[in-house]
Amino acid sequence: MRYVALIYSDEAAEADMSPEETGALMSAYGKFHEEFDPTGMIPEGARLRPTGSATSIRVRNGETVTTDGPFAETKEHLGGFYMIEAPDLDAAIAVAAKIPTARTGTVELRPVWEMEDM
Amino acid sequence: MTEAASERAVEAVFREEYGRISASLIRALGDFDTAEEALQDAFTEALEQWRRDGVPRNPAAWLTHVARRRAVDRLRRAQVRDRGAAELRERAPAADAPIERLEAMLDSSVEDDRLRLIFTCCHPALSPEAHVPLTLRSLCGLQTAEIARAFLVPEATLAQRLVRAKKKIREAGVPYRVPPDHLLPERLPSVLAACYLVFNEGYSATSGPALVRTDLAREAIRLARLLVELMPDEPEALGLLALMRLQHSRSAARVSGTGELVLLADQDRALWDSAAIAEGRELVERALRMQRPGPYQIQAAIAAVHSESTSEADTDWPQIVRLYDELLRLKPSPVVALNRAVAVAMAEDAGAGLEALAAVAESGALEEYHLYHATRADFLRRMGRAAEARAAYTRALELARTEAERAFLRGRLSP
Repeated sequence: MRYVALIYSDEAAEADMSPEETGALMSAYGKFHEEFDPTGMIPEGARLRPTGSATSIRVRNGETVTTDGPFAETKEHLGGFYMIEAPDLDAAIAVAAKIPTARTGTVELRPVWEMEDM
Repeated sequence: MTEAASERAVEAVFREEYGRISASLIRALGDFDTAEEALQDAFTEALEQWRRDGVPRNPAAWLTHVARRRAVDRLRRAQVRDRGAAELRERAPAADAPIERLEAMLDSSVEDDRLRLIFTCCHPALSPEAHVPLTLRSLCGLQTAEIARAFLVPEATLAQRLVRAKKKIREAGVPYRVPPDHLLPERLPSVLAACYLVFNEGYSATSGPALVRTDLAREAIRLARLLVELMPDEPEALGLLALMRLQHSRSAARVSGTGELVLLADQDRALWDSAAIAEGRELVERALRMQRPGPYQIQAAIAAVHSESTSEADTDWPQIVRLYDELLRLKPSPVVALNRAVAVAMAEDAGAGLEALAAVAESGALEEYHLYHATRADFLRRMGRAAEARAAYTRALELARTEAERAFLRGRLSP
């Protein structure tokens, strides 16, 4: 099965991190990739730029309305994602639990709605 | 055979075999609903046929066989619906492949299917309030309406919880398996907790007219027995079964002929079930020998100390206080601290109990708990502080939720 791990974290706290803390986080992500890249369990993933760079789009009555900022005003923001290939939820949880940000933020696992399930 | 007799026979086999058949069907089908429907079909068929022809020699095998056939029928019908009849005829052998696979899987059915099922039902990815109903529904065969009545939840609410949980299992890929050893420590507690919740709801109903709902308590003991049978090296599973057996051994003495609660001190110990006590004590000892103590084992040990005393006076209260200290260390909780205070009052005197109680009450966690006020009232009464005792009994009466408990408290309040 395919799952998407949505990584939520406190953007403000991350912006305030010292260079050492940022370095530690980066190297933790490096280790995560070292462990899982060879398994093929995380074929895709990306870190997102902070919500200051977000643009929200709504098309209403044929009119495109563009606004600055993210869709929802919350403390934790979507900061990145991974696609996880795993045989079942327990296996996906095992991968998600190793995402470094899971220790400070929240990782939400969502099964992908595959075409053949439609 | 009379209608009533065959119905009782079906009912008995149904209770006994439901979990086993349901678990193997769910494993093979990967689907709760089809399994449930197939079992229901088989049950209906048994009612008719056993009345007509008598109960078969091996009713469990009969029921298993028919349930499997009905599952295959349902799967076949679903395939026809999905693909269109014409296409199915064209590709008949290929279309039958999943059914053959299903039959092969059913034949290879292994003993621990029920264990897998209970771990799936109590998976942490499912809402905790769905664990118990899903377990009772799919492993014990209780009807949605029965479960809703037992837990005083509207039937529609409970049905909705079951639908959501089954949907999540399917869509999120919740695995159907016993977790590997390294996950057991985090996964077993929710299974044991679900089991104990069923028992408590049966043993001391939290509300409503009846104080003891024996059916649920028996169902829970059956589940715990299954856990012990399937995981004989888990001391906490043994501890839980021991605890339930020991508590349940007192059920006949716990409610008077008129439906009133009888406190441990006033119970007629001759009414205690000595076979259950013997088994419970044997189980605690077996668990404690494994040298991995846990909260259920300690609670069972406390129940065991009570069970070997002929009266409240000759009970080894200092030993019970020590066990409560251990329990508080393993699993701190204000309710455990409250029970410890009761034991302190017995080991020393009501004043010492009141002091222990005051320490617990500081957090305010027990303010809304009727047994805290009832206990405090009892200490005050024994110390001769009648007015304060009255006030505490009144508060307990306001908070008590079962009629039997209210009747007991009213008795204490009447002069």
